[in-house]
Amino acid sequence: MNRTQRVITENFNTYKVEEIDKYIQNGGFQGLKNALEKGKDFIIDELNTSGLRGRGGAAYPTGKKWNGGRKNHADVKYVLCNADEGEPATFKDRELLARDPYKVLEGLAISGYTFGAKEGFIYIREEYEFLHSKIRKAIKLAEENGYLGKNILGTGFDFTIKVFSGAGAYVCGEGSALIESMEGKAGRPRMKPPRIGVVGYMGKPTQSNNVETLAIVATVLKMGASNYAKYGTEKSIGTKMISLCGNVKKPGTYEIPFGMSLREIIYDIGGGIVGDKDIKFLQLGGVSGPLMPKQYIDTRYTYEDLEGKGFGIGSGAILVADETKSVIKFLESVSYFFFHESCGKCTPCREGKRQMKKLLNKMSQGTATTKDLKNIEKISRIMTDASFCGLGQTAATAMLTAIKYFSPELCSSIDEMKAL
Amino acid sequence: MTADIQDVNKILKKYEYKDTSLIPILQEVQKLNEEKYISEEMAKYVATEMKISKTRIYEVITFFSALNDKPKGKYFVQLCNSTVCEITDKETIENTLVSELGIQVGETSQDKMFTLEYTPCFGACDVSPAMRVNKVVYGNLTESKIKSIVSKLRGDIYE
Repeated sequence: MNRTQRVITENFNTYKVEEIDKYIQNGGFQGLKNALEKGKDFIIDELNTSGLRGRGGAAYPTGKKWNGGRKNHADVKYVLCNADEGEPATFKDRELLARDPYKVLEGLAISGYTFGAKEGFIYIREEYEFLHSKIRKAIKLAEENGYLGKNILGTGFDFTIKVFSGAGAYVCGEGSALIESMEGKAGRPRMKPPRIGVVGYMGKPTQSNNVETLAIVATVLKMGASNYAKYGTEKSIGTKMISLCGNVKKPGTYEIPFGMSLREIIYDIGGGIVGDKDIKFLQLGGVSGPLMPKQYIDTRYTYEDLEGKGFGIGSGAILVADETKSVIKFLESVSYFFFHESCGKCTPCREGKRQMKKLLNKMSQGTATTKDLKNIEKISRIMTDASFCGLGQTAATAMLTAIKYFSPELCSSIDEMKAL
Repeated sequence: MTADIQDVNKILKKYEYKDTSLIPILQEVQKLNEEKYISEEMAKYVATEMKISKTRIYEVITFFSALNDKPKGKYFVQLCNSTVCEITDKETIENTLVSELGIQVGETSQDKMFTLEYTPCFGACDVSPAMRVNKVVYGNLTESKIKSIVSKLRGDIYE
């Protein structure tokens, strides 16, 4: 049974960006109206009830983040929508921006109201340049209709949104690196504390949320948190946008209730594996996520079930690799990506990736030694423990899980161990 | 400088010469150049006009993938080499591109018509294997699809 839902994605294929009236007819901006009418405490309560956790990957409770954020006082504050969706295998934010842009704007306006910001930015990755003009158009129409701009809905709340284009850097998905780039600098992460919620864009408190998170905020405030909470499980409330891809028959973005099993997702929604092959492994949450061997595919897709087994939801990416794929070649691709994307600020990440890339190359050439394999593991652990930001800390996740689950295959590439 | 200096000045004025707007400024300046890059001469000009160091400009250009310090061909082909495309047979796609274009990855053809490079994931994994040509995404690539895309692009050249 295909259990996909239409809660966050309720408006998909119902309007074009020019048709803001249709969005309004669908109940659009009702979340913003409720928010402005009932106030900030109500918003925080609703978010807490909804169980919403940040959908960019970190999964921090949104209600808690917003409640803390509104207490940071300053003359000027900013809010951001992080649409720098750079995590390989992830493309759900692209679909949200393309197919329901107003909902994202609505969520950002609610964020601005709660946080006490008059100005918001949508930071869209350069690779989604085809969306930039669409979002600008949506902003303009929302302003003309009184949902953005001065004195929104007659409440005295002023709020404007600008689009900022990324320039092609994965690390800019990290909040402080993103802000560095918005200030005209190379996107290297800042020392924390202070967090950007306290000292962010232009030195002012800045609240940043993922595209999907903001779309859910608008949805929850429209339908009511208790209605949203009917979906999902007790600990993983609601629905989730997933990016299903790799060797599946029907790759794409889907909205599912938390609690489905990975098997259901892959076979009922994804149509199974291309060529009806068997699964070898999954990678959850994008390139920074762990490799999951196929024996786990009956695991339920929830925060608690996955975390309990050493996996995670992350960005919501589900990459499926069939039985014919080489783990070593896959790891080489992971390692090449991180080598390319390291910002170079800290040594463990910058140099660790250089060495990892070299060693993996030796493995794929079949010239690696047992010492090389030991070094790979050592470097992986150092990068995980000692890197400055999340990029370096997660760059070796795939490698470490490969060592855990696929060591026979890794060892088979090493001459001295072939005999064993 | 191939770009009209008046157009560059317009961009700088629009952003009020603010160094916080360096990234949009450089993106727009690059768009003026047919070869999709920022020449050294241009970098120097922008630095002088904005009263910032040339080093600062180059730090930003070389940091970001979408800013180039070297010229690209008329058709800039960027082949995804991240994980999803890796397992959906990027290898066949790469081999086909190399033989059709007659250049290796990282090279520009002598007639400056094609540049072929790898690029990290650009979020088109639902249509993987994928590439971008002058930022337009081509997905679900196969050998025959690439041949037809390349021949169309070549046709355009001789029109």
